[in-house]
Amino acid sequence: MTDHLKAAEPSRPAGTPSGRAGLSPRKKQRISRAVQYVVLAALVVFLALRVEWGPLGQNFAKGEVAGEMFPDLFTVALKNTIIYSVGGFVFAFLLGLVFALMRMSSVRPYRWIAVAYIEIFRGLPALLIFLLILFLPLALPGFEVPGGTYGQGILGLTVVGAAYMAETLRAGLQAVPKGQMEAARSLGMSHARAMVSIVIPQAVRIVIPPTTNQFVALLKDSSLVLFLGVSGEYVELTKFGNDMASTYANATPILVVGITYLLVTIPLGYLASRLERRQAKGR
Amino acid sequence: MSGVEHAVEIRDLHKSFGELEVLKGIDFSVEPGQVVCVIGPSGSGKSTLLRCVNLLEQPTSGRVVLEGIELTDPDVDLDAARRRVGMVFQQFNLFPHMTVLENVMIAQRRVLKRGKAEADRVARENLEKVGIAEKCDAYPAQLSGGQQQRVAIARALAMNPALMLFDEPTSALDPELVGDVLAVMRKLAEEGMTMLVVTHEMAFARDVADRVVFMDGGVIVEDGPAAQVIGDPQQERTKAFLRRVLDPTHTDV
Repeated sequence: MTDHLKAAEPSRPAGTPSGRAGLSPRKKQRISRAVQYVVLAALVVFLALRVEWGPLGQNFAKGEVAGEMFPDLFTVALKNTIIYSVGGFVFAFLLGLVFALMRMSSVRPYRWIAVAYIEIFRGLPALLIFLLILFLPLALPGFEVPGGTYGQGILGLTVVGAAYMAETLRAGLQAVPKGQMEAARSLGMSHARAMVSIVIPQAVRIVIPPTTNQFVALLKDSSLVLFLGVSGEYVELTKFGNDMASTYANATPILVVGITYLLVTIPLGYLASRLERRQAKGR
Repeated sequence: MSGVEHAVEIRDLHKSFGELEVLKGIDFSVEPGQVVCVIGPSGSGKSTLLRCVNLLEQPTSGRVVLEGIELTDPDVDLDAARRRVGMVFQQFNLFPHMTVLENVMIAQRRVLKRGKAEADRVARENLEKVGIAEKCDAYPAQLSGGQQQRVAIARALAMNPALMLFDEPTSALDPELVGDVLAVMRKLAEEGMTMLVVTHEMAFARDVADRVVFMDGGVIVEDGPAAQVIGDPQQERTKAFLRRVLDPTHTDV
């Protein structure tokens, strides 16, 4: 059929509407679309029939097990996840800002230090950092991370987050037009004063949308606190879910914890894209 | 000594960007109260000269002396010296994250350490002067180019400068907005402000400037009273430039 169409095409004078013989591109597209819908529907029906819903529901959505998770799910696990993530985010932002400024400094050793830090900690798996922190007291006898378990978790997230934040903030600082610094200097401000009053506030506004995404990434990375061997009142969502799942030999807690993460991350994602759009308008 | 101190004195100023020598030995001075316009083809070094006056560009060699203080002295307090020089940029460079009033107040507060009430009063006075008092709470993005440039002038004036530098202040404006900015500048000139203006507005240079300096290829080609340099230029290069600028449709190709 296609052969026939192809053969017929060139002989037809340009501009003449095609006859009834061949299918128009629009019709072909419609048929192809219909075939795809049919295949998709068949797949869904097939899966629905194949899956044994009873055992699946028993394992992933068991009401009693889910009930056991409250209220600790929110009052302990989610609360701790937020403490780790917000704490890590705040320190990562501050440390990232320091590295971003060092990276742009005219003092060469500052640039070296900043580049080394960024390259190292951006290139290492976050899990590895957490394992290192776990061994820190062995390496430095007598040393203890301030803040105990919270401190360790926040430190891990800070170390990882700062490397990414430094790069984001550097991009933001460089996106502020050069004229802003010149105008500030021409008004008699020192370089430092101009940075603090004029350049950094604008850079922070520029990086709000990517930073929101970074917070989401950090929130997910807070699950790695699991590997610090936390327990009791310090557990965060993933650890909490994992423990409950072991206790009841049932996967329901994992599903519930997953939904809890989404309750936070999806609204944050929307917030990020809204901020981004607002900023695009403001320019 | 010569008695009266120059507002600005520039001696044998050179500036190179890498291999490219943009200023090839500039000597000139501006007296207090004088309005000097710098004209010339693009790439002639006018803007670089202006930016060297408040050391936004570091001169390669030569001296810049502002009210008796040598800015090119490596040990000078540059920030302190810059407070005496206001600068208005082609691209306005208002601070977009602050309102008009905050734009005019920030340097007063942070640099001159004026109190809030005083900074507010001075800001409003200067905004009044440039005719935008009613836009105090607007953000720069909400203003037209002409209004933004007038805010930029008010921002510089609020620091009580002894000298105002204008770097092609009307080049980024729509033609119908140029007049408002030039009117403010004319008013400033009439009030006795010392001004150094890089401009393509020949009418402004002719009517307002005491002196016009014509630059080409990194040197001053002609320097004299406005009427003479624009009305009766002596140098061939000045004549050719003015012919092209004043009568662009009859330029020989």
